[in-house]
Amino acid sequence: MLNIVVCVKAVPKPSLADKLKIDPVTKSLPRLDIPLVINPIDSHALEAALQLKKKYGAHVTVLSMGPPPAGNILRECLALGADKGILLTDRAFSGADAFATAFTLAKAIEKNGPADVIFCGMASSDGATEWVGPEIAVLLNMPVVSMVREILEDHGDEWIVKADVEHGYRIVKLKLPAVITVTRNLNKPRPLSFSGILKARNKEITVWDRQAMGLPPEGVGLKGSPTYVAAMYPLESHRQVEILEGSLQEKVDRFVQILSDAGVI
Amino acid sequence: MEGKRASVFVIAEQSGEGIQSVSWQLVGKGRQLADSLDTNVGVILLGHHLQEIARKLIEAGADEVLLGDSTNLVPYQAELYTHLIVGLMAEYQPTILLLGSTFIGRELAPLIAARLKTGLTAHCIELSVNPDGILEQCIPAYGGMITIVCPERRPQMATVANGVFSNPAFDPTRAGEIIPVQIPDNFPLRARTLEIVKEASEAISLESASVIVAGGAGAGDFEGWGQIAELACVLKAGFGSTRPAVDAGWTELETMIGQSGKMVSPKLYIGVGISGELQHMVGIVGAKIMMAINNDAKAPIFKQVDYGVVEDCRVFMPALVKALAERVPQARRATHAV
Repeated sequence: MLNIVVCVKAVPKPSLADKLKIDPVTKSLPRLDIPLVINPIDSHALEAALQLKKKYGAHVTVLSMGPPPAGNILRECLALGADKGILLTDRAFSGADAFATAFTLAKAIEKNGPADVIFCGMASSDGATEWVGPEIAVLLNMPVVSMVREILEDHGDEWIVKADVEHGYRIVKLKLPAVITVTRNLNKPRPLSFSGILKARNKEITVWDRQAMGLPPEGVGLKGSPTYVAAMYPLESHRQVEILEGSLQEKVDRFVQILSDAGVI
Repeated sequence: MEGKRASVFVIAEQSGEGIQSVSWQLVGKGRQLADSLDTNVGVILLGHHLQEIARKLIEAGADEVLLGDSTNLVPYQAELYTHLIVGLMAEYQPTILLLGSTFIGRELAPLIAARLKTGLTAHCIELSVNPDGILEQCIPAYGGMITIVCPERRPQMATVANGVFSNPAFDPTRAGEIIPVQIPDNFPLRARTLEIVKEASEAISLESASVIVAGGAGAGDFEGWGQIAELACVLKAGFGSTRPAVDAGWTELETMIGQSGKMVSPKLYIGVGISGELQHMVGIVGAKIMMAINNDAKAPIFKQVDYGVVEDCRVFMPALVKALAERVPQARRATHAV
């Protein structure tokens, strides 16, 4: 049976994430309690795993590194059909860049046992670095295909996938075990069902901290990160804005006039 | 520059007969960074039939072009490219390594960074060397800019999207060296790219459009999105988007403008239902005239444009499209798949 690991990230709810703004005075981020949700593309990674489970039978582990409330998104993944959740949580993990994150996730995947396929969303809505999936692949000595939009053949241990490139796609033959990062075009994630939520109540979520994983403090979190944020500052624009006044029709007329003056109509 | 070994490196990516535009731009930026560090620029060029490109790279500012020219390198193979580049990094020990934020660059960069256990900053919009000789890598985030550094590990790696930096000036008299890279035969590949296929795109390309209409979360739903698409059709404009619109499933990732999407510089930009998050706005800093429609008078976009309309786009769009349809001949309309 296929062993599949899906890496998911809890991110600030995208519709509220723009409230997180650099404070012009302190030049830092305010502390806000924005609800955490599953990173939107990661739902497509989970859906890919669940479809394989239905087709061939598979054991699906969802793995996340984050603060304790990130456990809620794992619970949601279990309700959708995943078999096991692992939450990596420790104050020492905070401040991790892509490399330290990939290192911690890779160590957890090793500890969990052999995996045939590891699915990740191609990027996270809050960091958007796209690096974690490929870096996990290197650390586990596996091949990777990034930005997969379609799985053409998924039988046996040689798959064929279709991945995005500029104005087209590439076809890649991939030997398992492997890492695949997915785009939104891969599938349509299923909605939560009430029976799924009931079934998930008996499924386990394993919680590991740094010591449980046997990781050195200098390998994880900010200490294990080659990069860090040296400065942050708000930005100002230099344009002089004219706000169009009047009734709806007057605004439309002025708008059309501006387009005409610009020579585009 | 005799006797100095290159320590600022750029990976040039083959695309058809030439290389990606961003690769030229990175050679220009690499030249500036190398000058401020008083060192040389190396370019790694992997592909086939690239002798002429290699000479042009020297004209563009490269001092050494490490040229791997072999049929084994076409199409791109992640594991072979990573193996070759990691080997060259071990030999040259450079301080900086830059790649384009192309699809291939975005796969290759983290493979190299993880092998070298170094840092990698995504989609930078500014790169400069500080007085301590450290590369300051700026990316937009949280309504402002953040500067990321990788102070200890080397090389300091960054990716940059096409259009962020300008094209270099070519100097046909510049001297430089083309150094061949040995390419192994039968390198074991676990992920083998069988072919790369180009798909003809029917929509007006954002990069070349002189007018761009972009839609965001304010569209509200798929119907609201369709109204914005109508405006793009009437104006024969490129149709762009923001990440929330892509996340909502109204449009494809290919249309996303911004830090991790396309960088565009149209004559006229019209942002509809877009709040003005910097991740999007950095993609259009090159626009000449900017207009915005948003129902929230306090939306940050109204501080970043020339003309603003405070209206719900679902009310304003139909009225505007109607007024324009009366003026614009049908022949000028374009179609956009919605």
